[in-house]
Amino acid sequence: MDDIPPYPPIDPTTFDLIVIGTGLPESIIAAAASTASKSVLHLDPNPFYGSHFSSLPLADLPSFLFSHSTSSSPPPSASSDEHHHFSFLDLSTRPLYSSIGISSFSTDLDQYSRKFNLDVAGPRVFFCADKSIELILNNGANQYMEFKSIDATFVGDNKGNLLNVPDSRASIFKDKSLGLMEKNLLMRFFKLVQGHLAGEEDLKISDEDLLSPFVDFLNKMGLPHKIKSFILYAIAMADYDQEDTGVCGDLLKTKDGIDRLALYNASIGRFQNASGALLYPIYGQGELSQAFCRRAAVKGCIYVLRMPVTALLVDKDTGCYKGVKLASGQDIFSQKLILDPTFKVTLPTGSSPSPPLQAKLPFFSPKDDRGKIVRGICITKTSLKPDMSNFLVVYPPRSLFPEQVTSIRLLQIASNLAVCPPGMFVLYISALCNDDDQGKKLVHAVINTFLTVPPPINSESNAAVQSETVESGCVVQDGTAESPGEGKPTLLWSALYSQELTLGQVDFICSTPMPDGKLNYDNLIDATVKLFKEIYPEAEFFPQTSSENHEDDGDGDVSPET
Amino acid sequence: MHGRPRKAPKPEDEAAATAKAQKLRALQTQFFSFHHSKIYTKDAVELSAKLLEINPESYTAWNYRKLAVEHYLSQPDCNPDSVKSVLNDELGVVESALRQNFKSYGAWHHRKWVLSKGHSSIDHELRLLDKFQKADSRNFHAWNYRRFVSELMNRSEKDELKYTEDMIYTNFSNYSAWHNRSVLLSALLEKKAEGFLSKENVLPEEYEFIHQAIFTDPDDQSGWFYHLWLLDQTVTIDYPLLVSTWPAHGSDVFLVGDRCQIGSSSPFTTLFSDSGSFPIVLYFNQPVEGVSSSTVSIECGFNKSKDLLWEPLSVSNSQTAQVWVAHLKFPTSELDSSVEVSVGHTKEIVSRRGFQYNHPSTFSFKVHVQPVERDSSQVSVAENILWREENFNVYGEQAEESIPIVSFDRLCIKNGHESAASNWRIEALAKEIECFRELLLLMDCKIGKLTLARLLTAYDAMLFPFANKLVHSEEVLELYNDLMKLDPTHHRYYKDEYSSVLLQKMTSSKESLLQHCFRYKDSVSSAIGNTICLRLNNLSLSRTRALEKLLWVQMLDLSHNELQSIEGLEAMQLLSCLNLGNNKLRSLTALEPLRKLKSLRVLDISYNQIGDHSIDTTRYLCCSPLSHSVGRELNKDETVINDVTLNYWEAFYVFRDLNLYQLDIVGNTIADEKFKPVLVKIMPTLKRLDGELLD
Repeated sequence: MDDIPPYPPIDPTTFDLIVIGTGLPESIIAAAASTASKSVLHLDPNPFYGSHFSSLPLADLPSFLFSHSTSSSPPPSASSDEHHHFSFLDLSTRPLYSSIGISSFSTDLDQYSRKFNLDVAGPRVFFCADKSIELILNNGANQYMEFKSIDATFVGDNKGNLLNVPDSRASIFKDKSLGLMEKNLLMRFFKLVQGHLAGEEDLKISDEDLLSPFVDFLNKMGLPHKIKSFILYAIAMADYDQEDTGVCGDLLKTKDGIDRLALYNASIGRFQNASGALLYPIYGQGELSQAFCRRAAVKGCIYVLRMPVTALLVDKDTGCYKGVKLASGQDIFSQKLILDPTFKVTLPTGSSPSPPLQAKLPFFSPKDDRGKIVRGICITKTSLKPDMSNFLVVYPPRSLFPEQVTSIRLLQIASNLAVCPPGMFVLYISALCNDDDQGKKLVHAVINTFLTVPPPINSESNAAVQSETVESGCVVQDGTAESPGEGKPTLLWSALYSQELTLGQVDFICSTPMPDGKLNYDNLIDATVKLFKEIYPEAEFFPQTSSENHEDDGDGDVSPET
Repeated sequence: MHGRPRKAPKPEDEAAATAKAQKLRALQTQFFSFHHSKIYTKDAVELSAKLLEINPESYTAWNYRKLAVEHYLSQPDCNPDSVKSVLNDELGVVESALRQNFKSYGAWHHRKWVLSKGHSSIDHELRLLDKFQKADSRNFHAWNYRRFVSELMNRSEKDELKYTEDMIYTNFSNYSAWHNRSVLLSALLEKKAEGFLSKENVLPEEYEFIHQAIFTDPDDQSGWFYHLWLLDQTVTIDYPLLVSTWPAHGSDVFLVGDRCQIGSSSPFTTLFSDSGSFPIVLYFNQPVEGVSSSTVSIECGFNKSKDLLWEPLSVSNSQTAQVWVAHLKFPTSELDSSVEVSVGHTKEIVSRRGFQYNHPSTFSFKVHVQPVERDSSQVSVAENILWREENFNVYGEQAEESIPIVSFDRLCIKNGHESAASNWRIEALAKEIECFRELLLLMDCKIGKLTLARLLTAYDAMLFPFANKLVHSEEVLELYNDLMKLDPTHHRYYKDEYSSVLLQKMTSSKESLLQHCFRYKDSVSSAIGNTICLRLNNLSLSRTRALEKLLWVQMLDLSHNELQSIEGLEAMQLLSCLNLGNNKLRSLTALEPLRKLKSLRVLDISYNQIGDHSIDTTRYLCCSPLSHSVGRELNKDETVINDVTLNYWEAFYVFRDLNLYQLDIVGNTIADEKFKPVLVKIMPTLKRLDGELLD
């Protein structure tokens, strides 16, 4: 991002749609719009694809995070231009990340920087039968991606134990930690759910039960605590403590719980060579945005990276959007505009928009009460589980300490998925929270359970004060830990950051959703589809016609190479 | 492979099938002409390959190829390389045939044949098998072939065991894998391979393993089948054991030459004999062969002849039987002598599975002979035995005599090391019982109940020598009662098991047995003498089992039950009066066990269903005039009347060797006016038929 080469002019200068940012929702919309025969210009100020969904080399991640941790003011040159038809609205960015702390505990990582593909929006996986897999099979993006199966899911506790999550008939049979009675109860519950989904009369779950909280239903079925916790947090992937309605931000209904079990169940065994329910793409999650961009490019979408947009062109009379002004100085016009959610429109200083304009500009009224998510990336040289490379660990609410109200997820990915150099492991951790301190506490609790944290050689953070608290918090917790276990992997490098959560908006200009706190992309895809329908109500979102050709080889392609 | 719905053929499929059939017919015609004229040219052989690729079921074509290979191998110019290539071609043909139908018997067999020639590499075979087992992990052809190949390769059983384990972990509903596991474990146990020294070490782990399957999915059959195998392995004592004898060890036998009341003797052990001999019965825990005068020796003061003839008591005329009998002659003069019988001091008594009888045991008893003057006038008018209620008096508590059952229990426990070795069995069963009780608390499960009933029965039987009672019999009866209601389809099976347990319970102790002991009338002049009648009537029994404790019974009332078969009754060699009236016997052939009861004089089979059913389902189990074994017997008997043998073969077959005085057969469809003269003809000894005195 240091050297911006001279900008060649873009031709043509008028498009149906301009998309700024190559995050997943923007890329999907670019691909969908191109498929619907719209002319699309897809721009990204970054020299890489994926924006907030990208996978970055080790050295690039901190600068990316820091660059999005402050509001950027628009380049002074942009708004100084005068034009008799348009007024210019400066485009700046809002901070997305806060409380960033990057710590390095080893010096020999720098040489491998390029061998890392670190997911900015991790931890994230695919369910073999989820909407994102359907989507990429449907539109052919799967031909640009390869996947591997995640080996296992575990539920963790504060002693560092990992309990295998028995998620299928075979794994219940195999499980060593479940008692015979527990196996029987769990399998019968699964059969009940399957029977209900298959419409078997005698296994039908009553409407009353379907509308009741899922946790009540599980209690009614007599499932013991351990199994309830497996089902709620490691299979249905509930975010909040389902047994404490006071703190539960998202109480799961039985109906939704059953749907999530159905998704999980449909995922197991969907692809012959995927052993479990979950998939991870080789080279990291950033591949997904890129695959959609390639799909869009095939359909005629024009791509320009390293191209910041400095201002929006707005019709002086009507206040309507007309086009954008690029950092190269070129003005490009389009019917519609999609922005990644970090952009915001600044009004010219000292002036307020004319009345019609004001009515049309929502100006991104902050909807930030959706809370935050704290993400952590750790690098180690030892797997948390000796004989396993890629797996997911869920820490259900209250499993680490009593005040833990959300589940924490940890995803370990090894070098066989090409996200790090051989012999290393990347751990992605995330937890939903109300504020940064609370979130950091959650992530630190996990780190301290699992890892030995040596004194940092080098650490940067975006605020000295925050850094203080982070590090001290870390040290204090480490000190209270009974004994830094001999067998614990040593932390080599870590990044912790808190990310804002907002939904996409549709209005005068449309902005896409931010990476959410879920484990897969289904909610994001739903929001993206909705956005697409808003801007092109008449167009079909990836018409099914193309699916016929792809479905056949699709099944083979999406499944992992083994 | 499994659970795929059938689809109705579409018109275009039918057209394709017709075309295929036409092509096949043409190929076949040409193939047969080659085959019949023994042409084994390259073209001819290739044609058979083409035929097999379309239709792998063509056995003749496989055979032809074998002939062609043999033909080729017998050529003078064949060398090792060409042999190899010829055999490899065969493997190729098999492979493409299997691709067409991987369940083709002929193809798999041909492959075995080729490999057993020994010229082909077997490395490829496991890879091929992996492919087929991936396509269908339950393909038993592939599993069979796998056993063949692993034997050929000398692959260790432990490796194969690991393989089956992996297959089971992939899908524990794979009964083929469980089955293979049982085969491998049996082999390893037999060899006493390292880590597989005894069942004691292996079975508990297997139980643990199968519990995972059964509890995870009690609806799946595979686990239960394997559990049943384990249970059998736990309960079955491989080595033959003597479980019961008559006369019992330490008993006194009073022999009388004629009807006579001897006041001092016990009614349980007084035997009336008009043949001058008495039977010695050996009852083993399983069918054995090799019981003879060389394996069983008898020491007695009165009979110097060592060569007793031991006869197997089996209806199938085989030389293997669970019960053996010999007849020891006794003198007519007064005598008090002891007899000692030693069993198995040489090693020739062998079970069906080849295990030797290696617990030599000895039992002894005293014989008291009371010669009595024969009064011919009284013998000629045989007394009519009436099975009426008023003719029976409760024997009851007055009895101070020891019923012979008590004594032989001592014989069983004598084998001290056997009971010690059984400790693990008892522990294993106790653990299983606890486990399945828990399962039944969780859910109502038929097979779970059945398993619990089986476990409790086995446990009781094993503990019997120590506890001297069947602790759980009430619970087991309850379980079978439940099952009869829950699962009407298998009602008969549960009923049989119920009967078996009920009989075991009744015969398990002196007290319970005495409740069923009655004295027939007070008659002193009875032909049956001073005999106790065991009345097991009105119990809705469907089976006769647990007879090893009833060898002493001479008068037995099984009337008003639901018997369809009297299997095993041949062991009761002392029986002289038997009431089978009012049961559900459906044919005369069901009475076959009676043929072995030489002392039987009085038989009641009235009010059964003999002749009701035109199709006799037990008929095929029984000898027929057409079978060779019976032909021999027929030749012996020159006086056979043709129309009897032809039309009433069964009656002739069953009754011919019996010396009945009294028969009641009224109330059966077969017993019409034409049938009665036939019976009289077959049994010249008969004095009374359906209560009527015969001339």
